[in-house]
Amino acid sequence: MEGLWDFLRSLHDAYGINLVHFYDTFERGRMLRGMWTSIKLAAVCIVLSVLIGILGAWLQGSRFKVLKAVVQGYIQFFRNTPPLVQMYFFYFALGPQMPRVVNEYGISQPMLGSFEWAVISLSFFAGAFNIEIFRSGVEAVQRSTVEAAESLGFNRWQIYRYVVLPLAVRVCLPALNNNLVNLIKTTTQAYAIAVPETLFVASQIWSDRINVFEMMVTLLTFYLLLVGIFVWLMTRLERSLRVPGFGQ
Amino acid sequence: MTNAWTPDQPIVSIKDVHKSFGPVEVLKGVSFNVRKGEVVCIIGPSGSGKSTLLRCINALVPIEKGSITVEGQEVHDAALDKLELRKKVGMVFQSYNLFPHKTALENVMMAPIHVLKRPREEVEAQARRLIKKVRLEGKEDAYPGELSGGQQQRVAIARSLAMNPDIMLFDEVTAALDPETVKEVLVTIRELAEEGMTCMLVTHEMGFAREVGDHIYFTDRGIIVEHGPPATFFSNASDPRTRAFLSQIL
Repeated sequence: MEGLWDFLRSLHDAYGINLVHFYDTFERGRMLRGMWTSIKLAAVCIVLSVLIGILGAWLQGSRFKVLKAVVQGYIQFFRNTPPLVQMYFFYFALGPQMPRVVNEYGISQPMLGSFEWAVISLSFFAGAFNIEIFRSGVEAVQRSTVEAAESLGFNRWQIYRYVVLPLAVRVCLPALNNNLVNLIKTTTQAYAIAVPETLFVASQIWSDRINVFEMMVTLLTFYLLLVGIFVWLMTRLERSLRVPGFGQ
Repeated sequence: MTNAWTPDQPIVSIKDVHKSFGPVEVLKGVSFNVRKGEVVCIIGPSGSGKSTLLRCINALVPIEKGSITVEGQEVHDAALDKLELRKKVGMVFQSYNLFPHKTALENVMMAPIHVLKRPREEVEAQARRLIKKVRLEGKEDAYPGELSGGQQQRVAIARSLAMNPDIMLFDEVTAALDPETVKEVLVTIRELAEEGMTCMLVTHEMGFAREVGDHIYFTDRGIIVEHGPPATFFSNASDPRTRAFLSQIL
């Protein structure tokens, strides 16, 4: 590793290519923590937004009109407003309303920090789209297949859990992929509420070290790889869920 | 309501059943009884309400008026325990309706495991026996998409039997099949009937109805026009509508 850092350092000295965020131990630490924060943020939001999607699509099939209206209202709210405005709303409008807690140093602080608010707002944002995506899959499941499950004694939740959802997921996976890729990219927006994720630390480093060009290339490469790995995983999932004679 | 049903009473009792879809009344007062172990065939032109009647018996479709009891349990009841009813009544559909994401064996195992919460090993042993019974040994791990129509329909029969029902409803189960594969499904149903399973079939297979049926009901426009044991029904039909229908089919 040392050899690589020395090589990068020599690039700077010889050609002025400033990759200080790799060869400098302190900057590298900042950079890696930022990337790890991005990955954590994306992973938590993916899981939560998918859960919201699954639950919401189930509630949309409910017999209770009020429940359906609540889900519909949620979708409209989060689909028809900009995600950055949503994040500001959560952090700057709702954040101060929350009770404060005393931390381990005896200092009073808001109950939820910027990372938590980013998780909440991004999960709700992507979750609203996921509900619609899962709903399209649920509607593609044949009524007669559901009837067969009903006649075997399955209750409504069991039908959803064991029959409708597994079939719906197979139908809507491509659309779900799209939305989750979007979600990963939208995590950069947490920059706006000072979550120390990749874009945020990058901007700190480029301000300190004046290596804007190199930083931009680094950022693009990082997200290209991150999303690339995610898409590769999802393609593998899609392949492993493939069932002979269904959906082809 | 206490359930005082005993096997000498009708296992299914249908009394003056009415059912409408919007302005269209499909069942206009149908009544008959089915005894335990009996094989009942319901025939009639399309749109006469045959399938609807079967679907009312296991409460897939609610009725508006009248009464249906299964082993003494009233089906036309808001407080109906649907699970109890469906444990007693198995149903096989025209379009098989297997779960496409599960193998043949898993299709048979799903309801006993998730609905009845029976232990997996026991259910699997039973499912393998049932697959063998419908002559599909070796196809346990095939997905529905890899099976022919007749094979899928036999898996569907095994799937219903896995719930150990007392009554089996067959809703035009051979209507979607090739003529060559119809036979393999009918053989399976005949074996069931011979074992004493109470069967109600909606069918267009007149030869089969005559051979296996204990009682034939002919429905037209929501009512039972004529009924009787196959011998008299097929040779001495008295109602002109029955005769017209039979002359078209036979």
